[in-house]
Amino acid sequence: MSDKIIVSATINGDPTDILVSSRDSLLEALRERAGVLGVKEGCNDGNCGACSVLLDGRLVNSCLVMAAEVEGSDVTTVEGLAEADHLHPLQQAFLEDAALQCGICTPGFLVAAKALLDENPSPSEHEIRYWLAGNLCRCTGYDKIVRAVQHAAETLQTTS
Amino acid sequence: MVTTEKPKYKVVGTRPIRPDGVEKVNGRAEYGADVSLPGLLPGAVLRSPHAHARILSIDTSKAEAMAGVRAVVTSADFPPREGDGPQARDNVLAHDKVLYVGHAVAAVAAVDLHTAEDAVELIEVQYEVLPHVMDVRDAMLDGAPILDATLRTGEPDGSKGDSATNVAQHIHYEKGDLAAGFAEADIVIEREYETTMAHQGYIEPQNGTALWGPDDQIRIWTSTQGLFAVRDTVAGMLGLPVKSVKVEPVEIGGGFGGKIPTYLPPVAALLSRKSGKPVKLTMSRKEVLEATGPTSGTYMRVKMGAKKDGTLTAMEAWLAFEAGGYPGSPVGAATMCVFAPYACANQVIDGYDVLVNKPQTAAYRAPGAPASEYAAECLIDEIAEALDRDPLELRLQNSVKEGDSRADGFTYGPVGHVECLQEAQESPHYQSELSGENRGRGVASGFWFNIGFETSMAAQIQSDGTVPLVMGAVDIGGSRASAAMQFAETLGIASEDIKPHIVDTDSVGFTFLTGGSRTAFANGWAAYECAMDMRRQMEERAATIWDCDRESVRYDDDGVIRGPAAAAGAPQEFTFKELAAELPNTGGGIVGRADVSKTTHGPAFATHIVDVEVDAETGKVEVLRYTAIQDVGTAIHPSYVEGQMQGGAAQGIGMALNEEYIWDDKGRMVNSSLLDYRMPTALDLPMLDTIIVEVPNPGHPYGVRGVGEVPIIPPAPALHAAIYNAIGERMRTLPMSPRRILERTLPDDE
Repeated sequence: MSDKIIVSATINGDPTDILVSSRDSLLEALRERAGVLGVKEGCNDGNCGACSVLLDGRLVNSCLVMAAEVEGSDVTTVEGLAEADHLHPLQQAFLEDAALQCGICTPGFLVAAKALLDENPSPSEHEIRYWLAGNLCRCTGYDKIVRAVQHAAETLQTTS
Repeated sequence: MVTTEKPKYKVVGTRPIRPDGVEKVNGRAEYGADVSLPGLLPGAVLRSPHAHARILSIDTSKAEAMAGVRAVVTSADFPPREGDGPQARDNVLAHDKVLYVGHAVAAVAAVDLHTAEDAVELIEVQYEVLPHVMDVRDAMLDGAPILDATLRTGEPDGSKGDSATNVAQHIHYEKGDLAAGFAEADIVIEREYETTMAHQGYIEPQNGTALWGPDDQIRIWTSTQGLFAVRDTVAGMLGLPVKSVKVEPVEIGGGFGGKIPTYLPPVAALLSRKSGKPVKLTMSRKEVLEATGPTSGTYMRVKMGAKKDGTLTAMEAWLAFEAGGYPGSPVGAATMCVFAPYACANQVIDGYDVLVNKPQTAAYRAPGAPASEYAAECLIDEIAEALDRDPLELRLQNSVKEGDSRADGFTYGPVGHVECLQEAQESPHYQSELSGENRGRGVASGFWFNIGFETSMAAQIQSDGTVPLVMGAVDIGGSRASAAMQFAETLGIASEDIKPHIVDTDSVGFTFLTGGSRTAFANGWAAYECAMDMRRQMEERAATIWDCDRESVRYDDDGVIRGPAAAAGAPQEFTFKELAAELPNTGGGIVGRADVSKTTHGPAFATHIVDVEVDAETGKVEVLRYTAIQDVGTAIHPSYVEGQMQGGAAQGIGMALNEEYIWDDKGRMVNSSLLDYRMPTALDLPMLDTIIVEVPNPGHPYGVRGVGEVPIIPPAPALHAAIYNAIGERMRTLPMSPRRILERTLPDDE
């Protein structure tokens, strides 16, 4: 049995204490210890982006962050995008524009796209493709994902 | 039934938000790896480090003694073997031999994953390493290492060969007179083609959770393309009756054929029996690449003859496909598809299913066709060039039409290859100019059968007029949406009033796999029959309420049930919702049901156009513009039809330009991560334009053919032609990677 550590972090706005193993990644801690299952594992080595989360506002692969590192940090997953029952414009655009098929990569894409729009509210197609190149989707060919991000950017611009 | 004039539908052809969408964008959808049960133990699997070896002994005692370990299993935990030779379960846990690196040998369940992974390392296996064979041509030579000493070649006439071999099956089709066809030709060209093993690349790794109860009732949760296939496989491998196994539905994170085989659930079940706890096994990405079923690498020879006027007079194909460690490559479909788009009178096709020391291959989107049609389409492009003909025109001249037959004997009904080619010719893309150095344009077509098979549904009416619709077909890319839409269309109500659910194997009738581009077709038939059953019952109920003759009541397509005029003179009618509200007090609820097994699926054709630029220094191919044209029969939800066409094209582009298994001399995959097994990212692709062609399938109530498979076929040959037109090199090996292009373009002395 490896050493256990209590990690205190804010997860999707809620102050949370998690008992983790010193070997746990943030991905494992979120899924196995905190029950945050919207974070997906596709590769566990930083190459697919399915486990994307925002760590203090910065986009990271949670499989590449040790759980013990997030003490005192703010973690946002796909579960933290909607406000109460009101979907985030990115979520709404993904639905309306059919930007998902199987849906396993969708949480990671949504979190990554939110990080992009937080930084660059009206990205070009190339900027979207460049930013999302760390997230793999095998179903859609990316076309509808890129369009949905453009759509959400327009919605956010007109409502803000 | 559908006529050639397009009917007006109210729901079919619209783009509602998919019923399972909200849970997939808010992170609530439950996939196989998300299953959580009280007392759940994680597990890990020990895998072979050798490509080919005999297992001399397995000592699990140290692992069993480790603190936190709850169960260790090997193939000895399966029921006693019956009969000789390998069995399906040997690919789940190896018996006497390991046949590829990554072959499962033993498994552990423990209190946490790290403990299970550490315990696996303590299992001691003694191997006698045997010579291995990786190349399909080497495996066919006399004196090649033999994987299965009991294997004899199955010949086309049904007989068996008489000596040990790696060739599991030889397939042969012919029609017409091949020699006469070549004699008639003005030009004859023969070429060799190769493709490398490639993976489906679904983002969700395989997983399997099992709970074996003390009453020998087993519950399974697993991401699979077929709930009933898992049930039957688990029961078969464990020697239990079907009634002992119930497979629960969970969301599936991509499959593309690769989640048809069952790997983990029987092992999880054995661990659960031993530990008395539910056990979950999940593969790492390395395990997914090394130990699940990719598609075959191949070696192919294709020969064609044509007259000066463009008529194809003879076509011959010799196709050798890697099966992996056990028989079952998709060479059968490859032989039927290879020349399927062309009405050539004289054909001979031979195919071989060959064992090599690689993972057992599985279906991958139009299994077999992307390789064999790549070879044929590349050669068609060369024939067009030799005859100085436009490649679309040459295809149009030789295209199959209704009434034409393939060499395997199948005769086409109404098909849309000609329409796809014409749409391609008229498309803005093909009409546009392409200029610039190292740039080129290519076109190619593709064919896939589509399939039917068993499908079951049932529906009930709630008092507010909404309808839960339960089905057995796994939803891999939007089939709940398309089933609900076809069901709503038939009832004349809104698709938002349908609540589609996939349910466990005890709660719906037997339903075949989700695969082969069958689900929108077969689910559509079931939805139609189920809704028609409901319409009949609602007519009966209305007749009871109105106390009139059953025959005088009619359920119309607008969703209104109309009866004869009442005594007072006003016509009697119910909307669907009005009658739904009456049901509880007029005899109780109504349940519609359907079990269908249709063979009226309609074949699919596609034609793609691609523009590329080849970087002369790096050999990298950039896709500048892409258009996919496809006959889908009828597009039920056009957005998801486009999505299938785009996703198929993207996988085809990956297979064409980058993706391959690379092996070292010990038979180990050296690129078993998603960094090195390089699938297309958003940055590698342009927008993927689509043109939907609708030649309705007369064998379906809404004209559906099936969409998913065929768009993976044209990309590789279209890119082959585009690269040739850009740099003057014909690339006859997939993938057409930067390395292979530079090998051709760089001067030899560098």
